[in-house]
This record gives sequence, structure tokens and C-alpha cells, in this order.
Amino acid sequence: MLRLTRRADPSRTLEIAAPLLAVALTLVVAALLFLALGKNPLDAFRAMFWRPVQDLYGLTELGVKVTPLILCAVGLAIGFRAAVWNIGAEGQLIVGAVAAGATALQFGEEASGPLPWVLPLVMGTLGGMAWGAIPAFLKTRFNANEILVSLMLAYVGGLTLQYMVHGPLKDPMSFGFPQSASFTEPARLPVLLETTRLHVGFALALIAAVLAWVFVTRSYQGFVFRLSGEAIEAAAYAGFSRTKVVWGSFLISGGLAGLAGAAEVAGPIGQLQPSISPGYGFAAIIVAFLGRLHPIGIVAAALLMGLFYVGGEIAQMELQLPIAITGVFQGLLLFFLLGADSFVRWRLVVAEKR
Amino acid sequence: MGDELDTAIAVITATLRAGTPLVFAAMGELVAERAGVLNLGIEGMMLVGAVVGFMVAATTGITPFGFVAAALAGMAAAAIFGVLALNLMTNQVATGLALAIFGGGLAAFIGQSWVGIPLPGMELPFPEPLRQIPFVGPVLFGHDWLVYLSILLVAGVAWFLRRTRAGLTLRAVGENQESAHALGYSVLKIRWLATLFGGAMAGIGGGYLSLIYTPQWAEDMTAGRGWIALALVVFATWRPWRVLLGAYIFGGVTIIGLQIQAAGASLDSNLIAMTPYLATVVVLVLISRDVTRIRLHTPASLARPFHPEA
Repeated sequence: MLRLTRRADPSRTLEIAAPLLAVALTLVVAALLFLALGKNPLDAFRAMFWRPVQDLYGLTELGVKVTPLILCAVGLAIGFRAAVWNIGAEGQLIVGAVAAGATALQFGEEASGPLPWVLPLVMGTLGGMAWGAIPAFLKTRFNANEILVSLMLAYVGGLTLQYMVHGPLKDPMSFGFPQSASFTEPARLPVLLETTRLHVGFALALIAAVLAWVFVTRSYQGFVFRLSGEAIEAAAYAGFSRTKVVWGSFLISGGLAGLAGAAEVAGPIGQLQPSISPGYGFAAIIVAFLGRLHPIGIVAAALLMGLFYVGGEIAQMELQLPIAITGVFQGLLLFFLLGADSFVRWRLVVAEKR
Repeated sequence: MGDELDTAIAVITATLRAGTPLVFAAMGELVAERAGVLNLGIEGMMLVGAVVGFMVAATTGITPFGFVAAALAGMAAAAIFGVLALNLMTNQVATGLALAIFGGGLAAFIGQSWVGIPLPGMELPFPEPLRQIPFVGPVLFGHDWLVYLSILLVAGVAWFLRRTRAGLTLRAVGENQESAHALGYSVLKIRWLATLFGGAMAGIGGGYLSLIYTPQWAEDMTAGRGWIALALVVFATWRPWRVLLGAYIFGGVTIIGLQIQAAGASLDSNLIAMTPYLATVVVLVLISRDVTRIRLHTPASLARPFHPEA
């Protein structure tokens, strides 16, 4: 009979190996899935994971996908470390996009300087913060579960976007299509590399990751957040305010998610439309865990998750695989990671049946 | 006058129908949580149940088979959670989230070619003459099988938890896992059973959406009902009959919005669609304000992993 017994010390090796093991196991299951679908796994892997990183264009597309994932996940991880469960980054992202879009639409072709694209990013960030402030307020003031509130608001955020593109922000010249007018050139994010879609948001995401790293590992507040997550009562006893930690977590993660949404619409998309995110806010939860809630790990994890998105699109076009396969892989990856994590602290032993 | 009566009947019927999937999903979660298991993956289990139930019903042409398949699929999804959260003692919040994401992705994946296919109907339980009685007929006897079964389920769970030895054991495991273990009960086994029951009920709740309520399969058709069911359990302070009440209140909120729109009020449909989610937030706020009451009713071992060594 198999049993788990506690290790005297957590295994350092496994702590690092667990995410790699999880990725490997996900690939094994993916290969079996491709076989079951009658596709050659090697062809599928080549299409999904090799082709996207073959040329400069593919790499920059990966950068485009990675940007919202890093922004959302870095913020979420700060909250998760403090045991503040913001599950509604998707909603904060969407509301940020709406706020940014409404701002960007105010600038005409004649606008100049950085203001036309900087202001939408600022408004998007504020929009995301405002959306994140709701669960923070309801949690600290009324003890309402932040998981459920933030998630419910994700649905409300999605419907807000629908309302906006069908109503107030709809382009009168769109022939009935539910979408806003295209943003003017000055209101679009500058690209980092000519002829690609890689935009300023990517640089902002990397800066956010560095700042988060400083906050988490080098600042006093970061220490308070972590302590509050690991031992709520001890932190309270030491005089640290849980209310501040909840508010801080939601404002940071909400703001970064809002920035991600703003960068999506002002960058690659260029207008408001009914769908602006293929679930980045939810995938970022997985990215945060896969990256060990650490900013550097998150950048690595986001690269992998971004590859799922880019590769999923290629697999859809070339191998006629359904795009939903991305969601299956994401879920599997998190399952395997959680499972593998267990063995950091527990050891599997074969025991006599008692 | 006749019109108003008809409207009243329509509203009552629609409310019960809208509430029924929530009753199933929330009752399953309630049993799991009373055993100390917090499974946030209801949404995923519902979606898997909805798609598998639909595929089986559409293939066999027999709707009850669809429900059996939906329950089994929900259980299979719950079993993934069980292995991780119960056997491997992973964080239940994270594992439930993973199940919600995975279930949605998997359901969309396997259901891709089943979108937009029509289904055979299911016969109503009560005979035509009974349903013809003015007002009383349609209100009491006019619903589908699952509406009645969901009420029986609530009665059954209430009786089980309160009146049976097994129910007492299950509550003991949820309230104090160490004592239950010391008394010789298998904490792990009981939690596994409760988790599987939760999965089966979530599967049936999802199946109700794809087999009777819509009846069609569409990606993400649960639209957050799994999460609303989770909120319902808190709203009900872990008591079965209150889940039923809460589910019908939510059903009513969903329906009233549609009624207002049907009455010709110029409200945007997207704004009306927000009402169940906003109602959930409002309800959570109202119920959670009383911290002591929530603390009193929350199973004390909820979401705590169990290992006999610890």
C-alpha cells in the first residue's frame, strides 16, 4: 500500500524540479491526447512549441501574448503570497480596457506627443484599480469572500464591455457591428520593433516584474504582506493591519490587470470589441502558481503559457485542432504542478497494510 | 385578469427552472463542505456534466441516460480533485480553481462538434388532466422531473445530515477531523464519498442546463452558476432548506430581469444580464457582515488537509 509520510525537511531539489516535472507530465498527456485525435504528436509539438519561436515575428508575437500574462500574474502573486485571493483579474483587465478605450477615443489624428497613448494606459490602470477596490472594500468592511466577489465582478466586467460596444462606445460607422471606432494612430501604443506588433506594454511588463521583485524581496511592506499571508494571527499580533494588506493586494493586482487590458486594446487590438481577452486573467492565476509566486519565475512561466496561446493558434490553423485545447493544457499543467508540489514536503513510501 | 394569472404562472415556472441547476450544484457542495472539503471547481464539474450528458442524450435519444452520464462525468471530474486535494493534500483553493479552468477547457474541447444540435424532450411526470387544473395545475404539477427531484434531494440531504448516523459522522469529520480520526472514522474515505457526491450533483446541475433548460450545448453555458452555487452555500449558512430558498431567489432575480425586458422597458440586455452576479455580491455582503454567525456555521475543518501523522 502506498502512503505519504512527512519529510524532515522540504526537498530543495523537488522544489525546483516540481514545475519542470509538471511541464513534462503535461507534455506526455498532450502527446497521448494528440495520438487519440489521430495526429502525430511530433508534428503537433513542432507546430505548437517550435514553430512560434523560429523567427523574429513569432518571437515578437510571443512577446505580445506574454505581456498581459506577466502584468496580471505579477500582481496576483503579490496578493496570493498574502493569502488574498483575487480571482477576478479577467474583470479588472476588461474594465481597464474599457477605461483605456474610452480615453483613447477622445484623441484625434492631429494629437501629438506621448499623452494620447500614455493617458489611456493611466486610465486603464485606474479602471482596474477601481474594479479591484470593490472586492477589497467588501472584504475589509463586510467580510465578504473576495474569491466570489472578484469573480462575480469578472462577469459584470465582461457584460460592461458588451454594453459599451453595443451602446455608448459603439462606432456609428460600424454597420451594426458591436465595436468602437478604431483608435487614431497617436492613441496607439508605440511598437518596440518596426513591422512587428511588439509594443511598449512588453517593456512595462518587464519593469513591473522587476519592481514586484524589489517589493517582494527587498521591501519592508513586502515582508508584511508575506507574513500576513503565512500567519494571519501572528501578523495581527505584531500590529500589522490585515486591512491594508487586502487593499494593497487588490489595488496592485487590479491596477496591473487594468494596465494589461489597456495595453491590449491600445496595442495589438486598436479598438474596443466584444472579446478582448482569451482568458488572460484566468491563465495568469496558473502563471502565478507555476512561477512559484516569484516575479522571475512568473516571467518564465508566462513564456510557456504564451507559447500555449501562440502554438494553440498555429495548431488550430494547421492541424485543425480545436483552440479549446489551450484551456485543457492550462488546467492539466496546474493539476500536475499542485500534485508535484506535494512531494516537496511529503515522501511516498510503500508500507505494509495495517 | 387572465393575462396576469398567466404571467404569474410563467414567472413561477421560470423561477423554479432557473433555480433547479443551482439547487443540485449547491446541495452537492454543501455535503462536501460539511465534510470539510472546499471544492471551488463546481463550475468545471457542471460544464463537464453538461457536455457529457448532452452527448449521451443526443446519441441515445434517451434523456435520463444523459443525466446518469452527467452525474458520472461530474464524479470523474471530482475524482481528480479528490486525488490531489485529499490524497496529496494540495491547497484546496488552488486545486478547485484548477478544476474550474480545466473543466471549462475540457468541456469546450470535447463538445466542439456538438454545438447547436437539437435534443429530444423529456416527458413531464404528471399527467395532462392534473396539469390542466387552473393555476394549481401548472404551478404544482407542471414542472419537469428534475424540479421535483431537486426538492426531494434537499429533503434527503437534510434528513441524512440531521437524522442519520452516517450524517453525524460526516459532520464530525467536517467539524473536527482529528477527533473523528481518533474515534476511528476514516476521514479520508468519508471525504472522498462527499467529494464524489458533490461532483455527481454538480454534473446533474450542468446536465439540467444542457438537457432541459436550454436544451443545447454551448461553450461556457453555465455562465458562472457554479460560482453562484458556491455563494449559495455560504448564504444558506450550510443548511439545506436555505439552499433551496436561496436558489429560487436567484432564479427569481434572473427571471425578473427578463420579465422587465419583455414588458417593453428599454433596458439594455447586457445590463439585465448582470443582475444575478450583482445579486450574488449583495447577498454575500449581507450575509457575511455577521462575522460570528458565519464563523459559527462554517465547518471548522473546512479546507484543512488531513493526514493521520499531523
